[in-house]
Amino acid sequence: MSAPDSLLVFDRTTVRRHRERASRQWTTRNFLKDEVAGRLAERLDDVRRPFARALDLGCHGDELGRRLVARGTEWVVRADLALGFARAADGPALVADEEALPFAPASFDLVASALDLHWVNDLPGALIQIRRILRPDGLLCAALLGGASLWQLRAALTQAESEIEGGLSARVSPFADLRDAAGLLQRAGFALPVADSETIDVEYPDALALMRDLTGMGESNAIVARRRGFARRATLLRAAEIYGERFRLPSGRLAASFEVIYLHGWSPDATQPRPLRPGAARARLADALGAIEHGAGERAGPA
Amino acid sequence: MAPPSSSPPDTAPRRAGIDPKLLEILVCPVTHGPLEYDAAAGELLSRKAGLAYPIRDGIPIMLAGEARQLQDTP
Repeated sequence: MSAPDSLLVFDRTTVRRHRERASRQWTTRNFLKDEVAGRLAERLDDVRRPFARALDLGCHGDELGRRLVARGTEWVVRADLALGFARAADGPALVADEEALPFAPASFDLVASALDLHWVNDLPGALIQIRRILRPDGLLCAALLGGASLWQLRAALTQAESEIEGGLSARVSPFADLRDAAGLLQRAGFALPVADSETIDVEYPDALALMRDLTGMGESNAIVARRRGFARRATLLRAAEIYGERFRLPSGRLAASFEVIYLHGWSPDATQPRPLRPGAARARLADALGAIEHGAGERAGPA
Repeated sequence: MAPPSSSPPDTAPRRAGIDPKLLEILVCPVTHGPLEYDAAAGELLSRKAGLAYPIRDGIPIMLAGEARQLQDTP
């Protein structure tokens, strides 16, 4: 194959390796995925329309896919970067890269994705590809981790790093910002784009348990270590101490916040509502309100 | 990742074949061109890209990095 960028290819290879590893012990670590998949499925219940052909992008342990089937979706294709997850899916499945989707245009009525799209290097590019594989008036409904996720852990790491290593390494947030999200959808060509977010707080006995969990979820690289090299062991241990000092709850446990961003957009279609041009109204507002209109004296158009 | 030969034979019979509806919508992730299904070899061939994507336990692996290079490409 022609490698467009060895750095990116290496990155995806790492992502894939983490994900394969996560697939082997997934059922003890899938609580966040399961929670978000449930919330995403509830949002789909608000869309009063059946979807015949759906894609679950980044299917993990089928938490979202089986909910799509349960709500009456006839055909749900499960795609994941890891064979370990695709193989476990209860239905048609394949291994695919979100950055190079292997589907013909207009293949699906619904693309749903829970806790997966924060992994892609090029979110705008992935959104454009998703829009293309949707049929006209098809829906994208996705949840991904946002930039406010695990701010406590990142604050503790930053402080530990400056104490022990005497400086900060460059940090690149891989997460989307909520304020960018709706604009991204619109630029990718989605109609009626909506983005919103919510915070899910999880309690841990200590910071090391949180770090172990992130590794188990296959999320450690995206959230903690996506920076120049990984922190030294001493830095990690100090960060765990700082975390306990600064973010302990009255219950004695530690709080970890995950920001989940929801993206919702439609593939454009002529039947969708769109704003009329100013002056194109055919009914009077006064009639709709049952009120009597009093002229204010001015006239529209050339006098 | 473990090579496919190291995994035990799949016990689920539904994995014997690939979903025909899935075959209809799959394209080459590199060229977005059509694929030929080689059932005997268990591969999906993209002539344009000169790649053969493996199918393991009925699951197509649609990654260019996992594909076999075709020798007889023009």
